[in-house]
Amino acid sequence: MMRRHPAIVTAHYSTLVLLAIVCVSPIVLMFATSLKVQTQIFTNSINFFFAPTLENYREVLGEGSFTRYLTNSLIVGVVSTVITLVLGCMAAYGLARFRFRGRKTIAYTTLLLRTVPLAVLAVPVFMLWSRAGLINSLPGLILLYVAVNLPFTIWLLYGFVLQVPPEMEEAAAIDGCGPIEVFYKVVLPLIKPGLAAAAIFTFRIAWNEFILALVLTDRATRTLPVAASLYITDIGVDWGKIMALGSLIAIPPLIFTFIAARQIITGLTAGAVKG
Amino acid sequence: MRTPRWVPLVYLGPAVVVMAVACLYPLLSALQLGFYDWSMGTPWAEARWVGIDAFVAAFRDAAVWRSLVTTLIFAAVCVVAEMLLGIALALALEGDVRGMAFFRTLFILPMMIAPIAVGLTWRYLFDAQFGLLNALIGLFGAAPVGWLAQEQTAFIAIIIADIWQWTPFVFIMMIAGLANVDSSVLEAARIDGATWWQTTMRVKLPMIMHVIAITLLMRLIDAFRVLEVIYILTFGGPGDSTEILSLHIYKTAFVGQRLGSAAAISVLLLVVVAALSWAALRLSNPLKDDDR
Repeated sequence: MMRRHPAIVTAHYSTLVLLAIVCVSPIVLMFATSLKVQTQIFTNSINFFFAPTLENYREVLGEGSFTRYLTNSLIVGVVSTVITLVLGCMAAYGLARFRFRGRKTIAYTTLLLRTVPLAVLAVPVFMLWSRAGLINSLPGLILLYVAVNLPFTIWLLYGFVLQVPPEMEEAAAIDGCGPIEVFYKVVLPLIKPGLAAAAIFTFRIAWNEFILALVLTDRATRTLPVAASLYITDIGVDWGKIMALGSLIAIPPLIFTFIAARQIITGLTAGAVKG
Repeated sequence: MRTPRWVPLVYLGPAVVVMAVACLYPLLSALQLGFYDWSMGTPWAEARWVGIDAFVAAFRDAAVWRSLVTTLIFAAVCVVAEMLLGIALALALEGDVRGMAFFRTLFILPMMIAPIAVGLTWRYLFDAQFGLLNALIGLFGAAPVGWLAQEQTAFIAIIIADIWQWTPFVFIMMIAGLANVDSSVLEAARIDGATWWQTTMRVKLPMIMHVIAITLLMRLIDAFRVLEVIYILTFGGPGDSTEILSLHIYKTAFVGQRLGSAAAISVLLLVVVAALSWAALRLSNPLKDDDR
């Protein structure tokens, strides 16, 4: 293709490195701040060299409620991800493989639901969940996260199911596989990359989200991001502790990003870019 | 082999029920709630029917209009800046750059991190007393600025945080779009003696126009949904200078305890977003190559 002059290559890499620094440094700053004591945080100077301390983490982890919030976050994250994936891949398969009345209505409504602002949902859901006794309960929060994540998951997986050649399913059927066997022996293995992407996106929302969780949970059912937001008070912000908690919350998404960047990019570009 | 009619129902039923119960039904309830005056904590039976009062009041409320204008300016500035930056960077950096996969991994980090962490980090960076930004400008002898305490600078702060978080998204979409441009077309342009600028403006950009349009709409829709980062960064303040519509709804409902009004304003926001989504659907209809 095009010849690349060494100067251009150098310019490319300098720009990329600069961009990477811009993207990463706020995150590094959060981790660095979490390792400082209050007096180090409250000095107006750029200080890269400081004696790191785990004091903030000790305090955050030492509060008895931390384990409870972590457990809540894990339950909500894992359970809602599993349910979303199961329901999502079934629905995607149904939409991609069958022609039936109401198919287009379901398809378009699903697409529109994907764009609903969460603030809009928070108000009526608070009212409905209060009436139905689902408020302040983990199942109530999980149900909502599943519903919020399903539209994206269905459309992501729909694209993957379309790429599975129907001939393969027919062949399996001829070999004596029932419809259910065809689904989980032929289709599921082939859409694994899509499932991975959908799992990461769903877990990320359920793990990070805090406005709906703030409205729908209490002391017993609070998730970690809600707990973190409560360190912000009218008096001020307890920076050391809140940054420690923020860093702990950031760890799972960081791990996912590094082990599954390819799947995440598939998920981001799905629908807009072919291939 | 003909599929029995109940088979699609089995596959789609569960997902449809969940979305209907926990997404569609609440949205319809928001509409209903807008006709009632109901305070939190009181039984629903005590809710008072007020007709279209809440909707009329929302339309007459200067705070709602200010919030709508804030939202529109915020969305417009963020999306334009993110699109221009993202496209420019993608054009400058596309091609066989070795190690691109690694850089892309770093670029998606801002989108993956919890909004609460993003909001906090920027709040810390912009802090008047010990923020890194004031420390930096202090090196050049400038006096510290109360970034989040003044209306204009606070508004700039929420825009900067959004640009930081979402420009990488545009960049990644554009890189993916450019990667799909047929290289033989570019080769032909090169043989015809087209300069880099001509190739870019007349060949590459027109060929990824579809991706650009969809990315623009996705960003626009998401800009109207932003809530959490601003909640942490400024909580709408100072005054109501950074109070975007999502946050205004949240505050009306859960700080002001006026759920009926909040529901009425929600319907307003929903109409704006639905119009944008409809446009997005027209552009990228995922069912279009369906009737094979």
